[in-house]
Amino acid sequence: MKIIIVGCGKVGRTIAEQLSREGHDITVIDLRQDRVKMVTEKYDLMGVIGNGASHSVQKDAGIESSDLLIAVTDSDELNLLCCLIAKKAGDCSTIARVRNPVYNKEAAFIKEELGLSMVINPEFAAATEMARLLRFPQAIEIDTFAKGRVELLKFRIPSGSILHNLPITQISSKLRCDVLVCAVERGGQTTIPTGSFVLQERDTISIVSEPKSTSEFFRKIGLDVHRVKDAMIVGGGRLAYYLGHQLLEAGISVKIIEQNSKRCEDLCMLLPRAVIIEGDGTDKEILEEEGLKRTEAFITLTGFDEENILLSLFARAHTKAKLITKIKRTNFNEVIDNMDLDSIIYPQYITSEYILQYVRAKQNSRGSNIETLYKILDEKAEAVEFYINEDSEVAGMMLEELQLKQNILISCINRGGKIIIPRGKDTIESGDTVIVITTERLYDISDILK
Amino acid sequence: MNYSMIRYITGWMLKLEAYFMLLPCLVALIYKERGGLAFFTVAIVCFVIGKLFTYKKPVNQTFFIREGFVVVTLSWIVLSVMGSIPFVLNGDIPNIINAIFETVSGFTTTGASILSDVEAISKCSLMWRSFTHWIGGMGVFVFLLAVIPLSGGSNMYLMVAESPGPSVGKLVPKVKKTAMILYAIYICMTLAEILFLLLGGMPIFDSLATSFGTAGTGGFGIKNDSMGSYNDYIQWVVTIFMILFGVNFNVYYLGIAKKWKKALRCEEARVYFGIILVSIVIIAFNIRPMFHSIFSTVQHAAFQVGSIITTTGFSTVDFDMWPQLSKTILVLLMFVGACAGSTGGGIKVSRCLIAFKSIKKALDSYVHPRNVKKIKLEGKPVSHEVVRSVNVFLVLYVVLFAASVLLLSINEFDMITNFTAVAATINNIGPGLELVGPSKNFGSFSDLSKIVLTFDMLVGRLELFPVMLFFYPPTWK
Repeated sequence: MKIIIVGCGKVGRTIAEQLSREGHDITVIDLRQDRVKMVTEKYDLMGVIGNGASHSVQKDAGIESSDLLIAVTDSDELNLLCCLIAKKAGDCSTIARVRNPVYNKEAAFIKEELGLSMVINPEFAAATEMARLLRFPQAIEIDTFAKGRVELLKFRIPSGSILHNLPITQISSKLRCDVLVCAVERGGQTTIPTGSFVLQERDTISIVSEPKSTSEFFRKIGLDVHRVKDAMIVGGGRLAYYLGHQLLEAGISVKIIEQNSKRCEDLCMLLPRAVIIEGDGTDKEILEEEGLKRTEAFITLTGFDEENILLSLFARAHTKAKLITKIKRTNFNEVIDNMDLDSIIYPQYITSEYILQYVRAKQNSRGSNIETLYKILDEKAEAVEFYINEDSEVAGMMLEELQLKQNILISCINRGGKIIIPRGKDTIESGDTVIVITTERLYDISDILK
Repeated sequence: MNYSMIRYITGWMLKLEAYFMLLPCLVALIYKERGGLAFFTVAIVCFVIGKLFTYKKPVNQTFFIREGFVVVTLSWIVLSVMGSIPFVLNGDIPNIINAIFETVSGFTTTGASILSDVEAISKCSLMWRSFTHWIGGMGVFVFLLAVIPLSGGSNMYLMVAESPGPSVGKLVPKVKKTAMILYAIYICMTLAEILFLLLGGMPIFDSLATSFGTAGTGGFGIKNDSMGSYNDYIQWVVTIFMILFGVNFNVYYLGIAKKWKKALRCEEARVYFGIILVSIVIIAFNIRPMFHSIFSTVQHAAFQVGSIITTTGFSTVDFDMWPQLSKTILVLLMFVGACAGSTGGGIKVSRCLIAFKSIKKALDSYVHPRNVKKIKLEGKPVSHEVVRSVNVFLVLYVVLFAASVLLLSINEFDMITNFTAVAATINNIGPGLELVGPSKNFGSFSDLSKIVLTFDMLVGRLELFPVMLFFYPPTWK
């Protein structure tokens, strides 16, 4: 597909990298020459210097023949304007990043009335993901499919767990629990395991199951399943607001530590039920005074990655709280993932996941649409949800009969709201959605076949 | 330095050369020449070495501009050396230094020859000579990028190192597609020329060789008098195609993409055509007494101007006999060269434009010291970085030029010979004046001089910096 990306900030770059790696024709537009130069030197794409909302600049970038324009500049208004002009100039699909909470409430209206294909709000999306994690603090990552009916959870097997030295086939018989282990990370290696795979303690595993079986499973393997009751947030930016809002709605008490007094007042107005502390979140005394030792969740959302990491490491040493760390820069993720920091959230990745999902679904003309897509296990594997329509090759087939490629796992079938964790005799019917875990790149459900 | 990547790309280059060498083999089969065996042997050797080098794909595919420049220079040297071996083996050019000179002259699209009797050598060698022009014209790496699967954006550095011009851009977002479009245009135009030449009654072998020579703006003739003995129609066809191949290929792409207005507004192409027109008019007046009709006067003036400015180097007459004014204009045109992004050599019209505009800017800054001005090309501001690189380019060019002339002067030839010999090689033209004039050749130079001139051709084709970087010790640390 021909895609234009307006704005070469961190998000713009991440999207450009992902999409050009998937083989799309990318043109980036930015006002700053140095940014454009940097991107064009690093990735295989073309750069145009200029204002992305200008018609002539868009024409230079080839808007007439483009399929999609993604506007991710700093300014919400500029992004919307870019999309409006692109819509008229090129009749293409458009995606805008809109971050202002004021517009966020009206996202649906904006999307409908302005004819945008998608409005993304990285902070809001990140906050949603964090809130989900706090409801299930033992998980490192939680993704949902089939409108929340299926969960994909990633967690680390604790020492001395019943799962230690247990082959995967024996899990259901021993625990009487319908879960499917779909990926295992051990020492930096990711595998999609077969039935005879033996788990060990300290492995990071991903499981697919229904929410109710998840809690049962966790209880049986001896992990705490209680959601957190209170959360301490350091840094009071937009993300903190979205997160605070969602947590309060869910009945979790929220404490936000923010340095800027003006921002504190704003937050106080926006989140009347939250406790707002004016002070430096990196100050040990303030943290202790506000009860770092007792808090059940500690979330670092300051503007500096280094500060966030240090704070989380500090909290790790002093509490048993669930930690969530926000990281902006994606280039050091191998180092960060090796630290003992529970969950790490990269807002850019979430954004690019959404966009990738949209692009793959749009690109797919063969019919079995991609419903959801998540990059799991540090980008090494993907979980993709497909809708199966009547003329699909796999419809009506038993799983045993399918000649699957390597490293492909059909982890779940959703038949009209009923969740089936499939075994060999189960069939795939049209109208189902299936969740496939893979290290390949899939565009259509038939790509899973040899 | 990512050595495994350098090995891998050089391996691919050798494999490509092996495929390219099948053409002279085919010619040898048709004309039943035993010399073809030499090409076949070398092709197999190249293929085997190439296969060994590319057997293992490097794990780490990232490389930077430094690796890009080094691998391009290295591959060009390897290509030239391998390409010269058949000449030695089949006895057409027994001396290895001569053979390398001839092959480098081919790949760099120079067209300077050490052969005194071209018609005496075998058909397959003649075809290989001309075919090297075609390969070197658009560039082997551009071809490579169009065919091999390299991931990542850094392969753009390969194109930057090989394509002429102060700032190399892409036509479409993907390097691979850009390279394919460039070659598609190149192949179509070459085929068109072959067709037009065949219509003019040229034998098929001649028209292929001539078209390859024109397309790459090379200039190896297959006759001793270059293009002199062909009819007027053929000479005009060659004139027009030479000039067309000297135009920036972006213009053609814009034309294909139906952006006519933008294509016609291309500043560089306009200046290029302007220079050609003015030169033809002045030379035509100057040489009027030497020809009997106005028609043939214009014809020869146009042919020579087109041949020199595009750095092709074909000739229809011995312009060394022309009046001083015409000769001087031709020598000056050697330096101007063709457009950036074409197959031609020389300094390039766009570099000259930027240089002249910076002179004007410097003058203006004395008149209005606080005047703020930006140098513009094609209506867009040229970045400071590009202006600076043009200036450094020109300085380095002068230094290399002077050093080469100095080294050549050991031969005790006259100044004009030495000067134009260097000008003709560093700008990738071919013939110069006096002892290296259109009717003479480079065979009389000593071995040292031939090596210097071979270096000049390479340095000129790759636009100085890649080759300089290759010989610059810190690169390898």
